[in-house]
Amino acid sequence: MIIIEWLLLIFLIVCAIAVSISKNLLNSVIIFMNYSLVMAVIWVLLRSPDLAITEAAVGAGVTSVLFFLALRKIGQIGHEKENQNKN
Amino acid sequence: MHEELKNIWKNFFNWVLGNGPRPENEVIPPDPPPDLPFTQKPQDKYSRFHEATIKERYEQWLEIHGLHIFSILYSGLSILTCVVIVCLLLATVAELPPFGHERNPANNEVIRRYVEHGGHETGAQNIVAGLILDYRAFDTFGESAVLFTAAVSVLMILGASRRNKLNKSPSLKSETTSRNFLQRGPPSLDEPILRGVASLSIPAILMMGCVVVINGHLTPGGGFSGGAILSTALILASNAYGPERVHEFYNERTFIVSSSTALMIYALSKGYSFFTGANHFHSIIPKGTIGNIFSAGLILPLNICVGLIVAGTLYTFYSLFSKGDL
Repeated sequence: MIIIEWLLLIFLIVCAIAVSISKNLLNSVIIFMNYSLVMAVIWVLLRSPDLAITEAAVGAGVTSVLFFLALRKIGQIGHEKENQNKN
Repeated sequence: MHEELKNIWKNFFNWVLGNGPRPENEVIPPDPPPDLPFTQKPQDKYSRFHEATIKERYEQWLEIHGLHIFSILYSGLSILTCVVIVCLLLATVAELPPFGHERNPANNEVIRRYVEHGGHETGAQNIVAGLILDYRAFDTFGESAVLFTAAVSVLMILGASRRNKLNKSPSLKSETTSRNFLQRGPPSLDEPILRGVASLSIPAILMMGCVVVINGHLTPGGGFSGGAILSTALILASNAYGPERVHEFYNERTFIVSSSTALMIYALSKGYSFFTGANHFHSIIPKGTIGNIFSAGLILPLNICVGLIVAGTLYTFYSLFSKGDL
């Protein structure tokens, strides 16, 4: 169990660094989503299921949706991006 | 040659003076009508100052200086309020025990009390729910109120600008809806996978959210996490079936009414509970047996209130971000 915990923690750090390094904003948001998901698993391993549920619902769900919407608003993903590429 | 030069010079001189050739379709504004004679001029109400009564003079003075004085008063009072609140908070902080001291009550008495008497005193099997909704219920109340206030103020600002735009140009509404239609495409035609997955998973997500909210005092979870799960179901429905379908049963009015009712119920019931508890009165709220659904006193209704507020607020944020309105 300790090994899994260490692996998850290392994955967490890698995710956290990758979010800031990644050039593509969409990739950043998806990595951030993964970060929240792994964090939820770690909360379960740390025996705080309350936080795990909240982290999964808010961190991986709602926050990412809001990030995607913000990216679409500034034209980084979606139809506006395709139009930009065509032009 | 000399005549031609003279002609050109004359034309140029006329042009400088403004009498040059005009375009054919130029519209010359008619002369303003001559001033009315003095006797027919509309009499200014306060043109004769000494004839006005004191009340009229006061109103006139208010008209001229009122806004200025009001703004001075307003800024002064707001600064005063801020200073008073800051002083009160700093005085409270000065009264607190030093941070991280080993003999602080938070480091010994409180934890022992929560662990030993938590289940017995709150009636909650989930000690976290007992903490955040019984011992420290006003913390949770503040969180819900902050969420609700943030959503309402964003709704006011964005909704007001949008409504003004719609009032100014009625064609904008059809324009924006058609643009959204083009952007998203008709949901029934080009998103069959999303709709199929949504139809399968939305009932499950809703069930999960309700279970997390209602069993908040028995199992992990509670109002906030359950409300977030419910809001993801709403967001999924809005994406799969279009925001209009969600708007049919969840719109601005539903959000305002449900959230403010939930906040009022929370404040009144928890205020009553704290009042009776602090004054050692007998409370009419039954504790029930630990482990039943209807137990733990106020925690179940408070969880439902918080769940309603959180679900509404998160969906409102999504809706405001995606289409600028609820």
